[in-house]
Amino acid sequence: MTNHQGVVETARLVRDKKATASQTLDDCIERIRSGDSKTRAFMRIDEDSARLQAKTVDDAIAAGQDPGPLAGVPIAIKDNIVMQGRESNCGSRILEGFVSPYESTATQRLVDAGAVLVGTVRCDEFAMGSSTEHCAYGSVGNPWATDHVPGGSSGGSAAAVAQGLVPAALGSDTGGSIRQPAALCGVTGLKPSYGRVSRRGLVAFGSSLDCIGPLTRSVEDSAAILNAIAGPDKYDSTSLDSLPPDYLSGLSDQKPMVIGIPRQHRHEANDPVVEAAVEEAKAILESKGATFMDVDLEMTDHGIATYYVVATAEASSNLARFDGIRYGRRAQSQPGESLDDLYARSRGEGFGPEVRRRIMLGTYVLSAGYYDAYYKKALQARRLIHDEYKSVFQKCDLLLGPTTAEPAFKIGSIADPITMYLCDRYTVGANIAGIPAISIPGGFKEADGLRLPVGIQLQAPFLGEPTLLRTAHMLQQAGSHHLASPVGG
Amino acid sequence: MTDSNSHKLTLDETRHVAKLARLQLSDEELESCRHDLIAILDHVATLGSLDLDGVEPMAHPGDRTNRIDPDIPGESLTQAQVLAMAPATEGPFIAVPKVLGGDGDSA
Repeated sequence: MTNHQGVVETARLVRDKKATASQTLDDCIERIRSGDSKTRAFMRIDEDSARLQAKTVDDAIAAGQDPGPLAGVPIAIKDNIVMQGRESNCGSRILEGFVSPYESTATQRLVDAGAVLVGTVRCDEFAMGSSTEHCAYGSVGNPWATDHVPGGSSGGSAAAVAQGLVPAALGSDTGGSIRQPAALCGVTGLKPSYGRVSRRGLVAFGSSLDCIGPLTRSVEDSAAILNAIAGPDKYDSTSLDSLPPDYLSGLSDQKPMVIGIPRQHRHEANDPVVEAAVEEAKAILESKGATFMDVDLEMTDHGIATYYVVATAEASSNLARFDGIRYGRRAQSQPGESLDDLYARSRGEGFGPEVRRRIMLGTYVLSAGYYDAYYKKALQARRLIHDEYKSVFQKCDLLLGPTTAEPAFKIGSIADPITMYLCDRYTVGANIAGIPAISIPGGFKEADGLRLPVGIQLQAPFLGEPTLLRTAHMLQQAGSHHLASPVGG
Repeated sequence: MTDSNSHKLTLDETRHVAKLARLQLSDEELESCRHDLIAILDHVATLGSLDLDGVEPMAHPGDRTNRIDPDIPGESLTQAQVLAMAPATEGPFIAVPKVLGGDGDSA
């Protein structure tokens, strides 16, 4: 039992009184209960609080009040975004049983817009991973081939939307964690400009890189969610002060465009299907009047190295707060044990191998004697990456390329951390530079009886979301890849 | 940049990093971590090929400076909320091992 009714469509039916929020939620919960065993995307359904939110919407409609633009839309939330009174685990044992005393700004804004937060979905531990295999509570299957990964770290968010369990999910993107799973599951994933969406309540991984964004089937739905969650927030000093435009109404604007294709993203390692997807998108946009040029992003080869120093340095500092003292899981105290020993044991037991590896790397690159050799150099490389984008965007309005080099791989097939990190080769640049980027379905690789989606990525200058969304929408209006559904889900 | 061949992380150095990171790891976990860190640091060493002389480090996108809010007290968590989150409590306190004096003195 699946339902691929989107965000805008669901809200319209509820607002027009053709459906109630409560019935929409009942149907959604039923879909999750009967379908989730296929992918295990969901950590939990927050039935009681979701029912209250749905009732609030129905009551508002009955009273003749405006229930909000997302009225009755069920949305799943990545397990690293906190909601007041609800459990959030970040895919980690160290936050087992943690119930948040406060609400993230993004989820609060969804509720204020009439959305219903139906439950939380699995992710890699502390959003560190590209496969959702690093979730301490079990991995997630790709709805197109359940023995394949859904990508990560927002793998549960992407799988839940692709499977039609929910019309939308929130994810977070530090180096590609929204766009890569969106590509691998055949859905639309948007990473907004840094600071466009408040990070309050997003458990910090790399604070100068982290962004919350939507995973949906269509770009239109993505714009509808961004409309609700974007904007300044007094609780996040890095949120942008400027007011966001209306992304939804901007989708139909027509403007001539110059689009660059980075030569370094047309790599020989790319699957031919991925290359064909980029060519197909180029042909569609050309037919709509866009002009194309080849550009160079020569720093692409240095993206992963830069990213893994900056992100792990910030992570080692951010994750220092998980000490087993004030909240989360504490190791069993032993007689005569010092406070330091208790910290170290709680953390050693509570964090999984990938998180420990990144904390170790981050601690090393920040440690005395290595700071200049690694961390400072990475920050300088970051400047070069940022400046290179800036100069490329003086010649073109957008960049087009693949989101990943290949479709989803089999669960358990990549053991080497570097190989896993290189999955994010084309996505980390946007986080390093702080610019917006989107992955939309680009086609399918059909082999060995499987049909696996691939994604194409558009990147725009800082705060270029209107152009980014408009162009991605144009591609979806001319094509149908985003409408395809996996068998039985 | 450290030359990838000039220095390989030793087990003692790995143990030191784990201590700084406050992570208790078994010898086996330390060795596995050391192996992975060497591979990652070798990859990171490719940054050494860049000419970074005079390049201003960039810690944050947009180079925003600190935002100063007016100094007005707002709502904060209640004592009950804080205690409810703590894994161990004693009355109105969060319980921890002895910090000063005795065998557990880590100061």
